[in-house]
Amino acid sequence: MEQGATGGPAAAATAAATTASTASTAACGGGTGGLLLALSESEQQRYSELFSRCCPAPEAAAGGSSVGELFRASQLPPDTLHQITEVCGAKRVGYFGPAQFYIALKLIAAAQSGFPVRIESIKNELPLPQFTALKSDSEARYGTPAELHGVKFQVPHANLEKNSYKRTDEGDKQEPKSPPMSPICSPPASPSTYQRIPLTYGYGKSRSGLEQQHGAPYEVRHTTHQQDGPSSGNYGAKTALACSTLNRSLSAEREQQDSSTHYLDDPWRITEEQRDYYINQFRSLQPDLSSFISGSVAKNFFTKSKLPIPELSHIWELSDVDCDGALTLPEFCAAFHLVVARKNGYQLPETLPETLLPEYLQAASLKPIRDCALFDSYSESLPGSQQARDFSRTEASAEEVPDKSALLQDGKKDDKQALKGSITLKTIPKEFQHLTVKTAAQESNAFRARPRSRSYSSTSIEDAMKKGEEPPTPPPRPQKSHSRASSLDLNKIFQQNTQALRSGWLPPPPPALPPRPSASQTEQPSEVELHPQMNRPPSQAEENSSAKKEVVLAQPPSKPARRKLWTETQGLDTPELSPTVNVTSSLPAVKPHLPVQKQSSKQKRAIQTAIRKNKEANAVLARLNSELQQQLKEVHKERIALETQLEQLRPVTVL
Amino acid sequence: LVLACVICSPQNYPLYIRSIPAENELKFHYTVHTSLDVVDEKISAMGKALVDQRELYLGLLYPTEDYKVYGYVTNSKVKFVMVVDSSNTALRDNEIRSMFRKLHNSYTDIMCNPFYNPGDRIHSRTFDNMVNSMMMQVC
Repeated sequence: MEQGATGGPAAAATAAATTASTASTAACGGGTGGLLLALSESEQQRYSELFSRCCPAPEAAAGGSSVGELFRASQLPPDTLHQITEVCGAKRVGYFGPAQFYIALKLIAAAQSGFPVRIESIKNELPLPQFTALKSDSEARYGTPAELHGVKFQVPHANLEKNSYKRTDEGDKQEPKSPPMSPICSPPASPSTYQRIPLTYGYGKSRSGLEQQHGAPYEVRHTTHQQDGPSSGNYGAKTALACSTLNRSLSAEREQQDSSTHYLDDPWRITEEQRDYYINQFRSLQPDLSSFISGSVAKNFFTKSKLPIPELSHIWELSDVDCDGALTLPEFCAAFHLVVARKNGYQLPETLPETLLPEYLQAASLKPIRDCALFDSYSESLPGSQQARDFSRTEASAEEVPDKSALLQDGKKDDKQALKGSITLKTIPKEFQHLTVKTAAQESNAFRARPRSRSYSSTSIEDAMKKGEEPPTPPPRPQKSHSRASSLDLNKIFQQNTQALRSGWLPPPPPALPPRPSASQTEQPSEVELHPQMNRPPSQAEENSSAKKEVVLAQPPSKPARRKLWTETQGLDTPELSPTVNVTSSLPAVKPHLPVQKQSSKQKRAIQTAIRKNKEANAVLARLNSELQQQLKEVHKERIALETQLEQLRPVTVL
Repeated sequence: LVLACVICSPQNYPLYIRSIPAENELKFHYTVHTSLDVVDEKISAMGKALVDQRELYLGLLYPTEDYKVYGYVTNSKVKFVMVVDSSNTALRDNEIRSMFRKLHNSYTDIMCNPFYNPGDRIHSRTFDNMVNSMMMQVC
C-alpha cells in the first residue's frame, strides 16, 4: 500500500488499512478516542500519493525527514505541527505509519482551515491540506497556494532545517543553497523572520520559483537514503531525531547552527554541512587535508559535474587564489561551492566573494571534521580514491624504515597513476614519490610540486639525522632514504652532511688496513650508482669520494656490495647483497678496529643496529628497484608505441 | 597609449587579441602579424647562443610614423606583441618592460589552470580584466 499510489484499489486499500490502523492506534493510545477516519476519494488519492512520496521503500513507515519536510511545507507554525504529530499518534508509536500520516495530513488540512488540532476536527469534511513549498507538480495537485491561512514564516526548527538541509545537501550536488530572496510564490514576511527561514524553506520555494530541478527532492532524498549505506548510521540517527522531534530536542551539533542562520541569505557562504561534504570529497581525492589536490586530479573531478569547460575554467581561476595549479582545502571548498552554485543556476561572480576566500574559509573551518562517509556515487570513479586509501595507509605508518615496505605497494600504484605523483606525503614516502614521479610520465604539476616536496625532504633528512645514534651513522641514512631522489636540494644536503662529517670521519679510515679505505671509497660511489634511478651518480660519487678524501673509484656494484654493511662507512645500502656475507665481512672488519679505536664496543653496537636497519632498508630498496625497473621497461615500451603512432600520423597532419 | 596587445602561440597563430580603438582593428592585426616576422628574426639571430641567454624582452621591433611595436617572447616561444601610439612619448622602455612582465605573469596564471589547454584561445575573464586595466592605465 505504501507505494505506487494510483487510484482506486490502492486508495481503497489505503482507506481500509487506514481505518484498521487508526483503530489500532486508537486502541493502543488513549487519546485518539476510537476514530474511524473517513477519507474521501480525492483525499485518499492524495494522501496515498503523499505517503508514497515520503515513504520510498516498502516499509511501513514514512521517512521522518520527508515527513518533516512535508509538514513544514504546509506552513503551519511549528507548535501546530508538533501538536499534529502528537495527536496523530506518531510520537506514541515512534514512527509515521500510514495511519499516523493520514491523520496528520487531515489535521494539517484542519489547521490550515483554521480548526484546532484535535481529532474531532478531522471528522468533518475538510479541504485538502496544502503544501506550497513542494515541487511544482505537487503544487498543481494541491491547489492554489494562494489560499493559505496565515502564511506564517516562522521558524521551523533549526534542528529540522539542518536535518533536511543536510540530507538534501548530501544527496545531490544539485541541492541549491538558495537565499530566501529567490522568487517566491508567497509574499515574504519581514526580513528578520525571513532570514530565519531555514534553507529548505527558501530552497523549496526557490525551486518552485526558479524552474529548476523539479527533480523530486524527496526522490533525491530517498536515493540519498539508499545510497548512503555507510552514512546511514550517522544520518539515520538524525532522521530518527527529526522524526521523533517535531518537538525541540536538538542535537548538540545543530544548536550551533542557529547562530549561522543569519548567514543563509548569502549564497556564497558555505554552511557547515556543505563544508563537511566538501571536506569529504577532498578527502576522497587527497587524504591529507593539509596538502593539495593537483590540477589534473581536480580537473577530472570537476569535469564530472558536467559544467562546460569555460565555466569550469573560470571557477578555477576564481578559486585558485595563489595560482599554483593546485587546490588546497579552502580553495577546493570554494571551487566546489562555486560549482554547486552554478549548477543551481547562479551566475558565477567576476571575482571571488569574500566568504569564499581561502583565508576566510581557513579561519572558519575551525570545527573538527565530522567523520561522514564518502559519497561513493560521486567519487567512486575517481582513480585517486583508491590511491587515497593507499596514501592514508602510508600516512598512518610512522617515519620508520619499515614504512618503506608498505610504501612499496603504494609506490606501485603511484607509478601507475602519475597524476598523483605530485601529491606530497610525509617525509620518507615523498622520496619514493619523487622517484615514481620521475619514472612515470611527468606532468607540469609534478614539477611544481617538487619545490614543495623538497622542503619536506629536507625535514626528513633532519629526522634521519636525529635517528642516528652516532656521528658516523647519519649520512647513510639520508642517503638511503633519498637515494632515489633526484632533486638538487637533496644532493646539496647530502653534500652538507658529508662535509659536516668529514672531520669526524677523517680519523677512522686512516688507521684501517689498506684494503678497507679503498673499499670505503668504493662504497660511497657505488652505493650511489647502485640506485638505477639516480641520475647523478657521478657527482655524488665525487662528493662521496671527496668526503672520504680518497681516490674516486668507479667500482662495479658487486665489489662494494660485499662491503655494504661495512661498519665504518655505516652500512650503505645496495640492493643485491647477501646480508650474511656482509655481516661476516664486516665482523672481521670490525675486529681489527677494536684495538685501534677506543669506542669500539659502542661502535659495535651501533654497527649492529645499523646493520639491521640497513638490511631492512636494503630489502625494501631492492624490491623497489626491481619494480621500478619493470615500470621503466613498460614506460619505454609505451614511449616506443607512441613514437610509432606519431610517425604514422605525421604524414597525415600537414600544418 | 597602448593600442593593441596580442599573444601569439609558438606556431604564430593568435591566442589573444585585444585592441582599444574600435576602428581600424584589422590594421592592428595586420601590423602585429607583420611584426611577428621581426620577432622571429630576433629569435633566430640568437640561435647560436643558448636559449637561456636570450633576453625575453625584445624591445622595439619597428617604429612607424603612427605607432611603435614592441615584442616579448617567452622561453616556450609564446610571443607577446604590443602596439603603442607614437604620440605618447611618456611611455618609457621600463614601463613597457613592466607591462610585458605583468602580461607574462598573467599568462602563467592562465597556464596553471588545468582547464586551459595550451594552444587554445584565451577566454579568461581575469586575464581580460588585467589587460584592460593595464592598457587603460597608460592611456
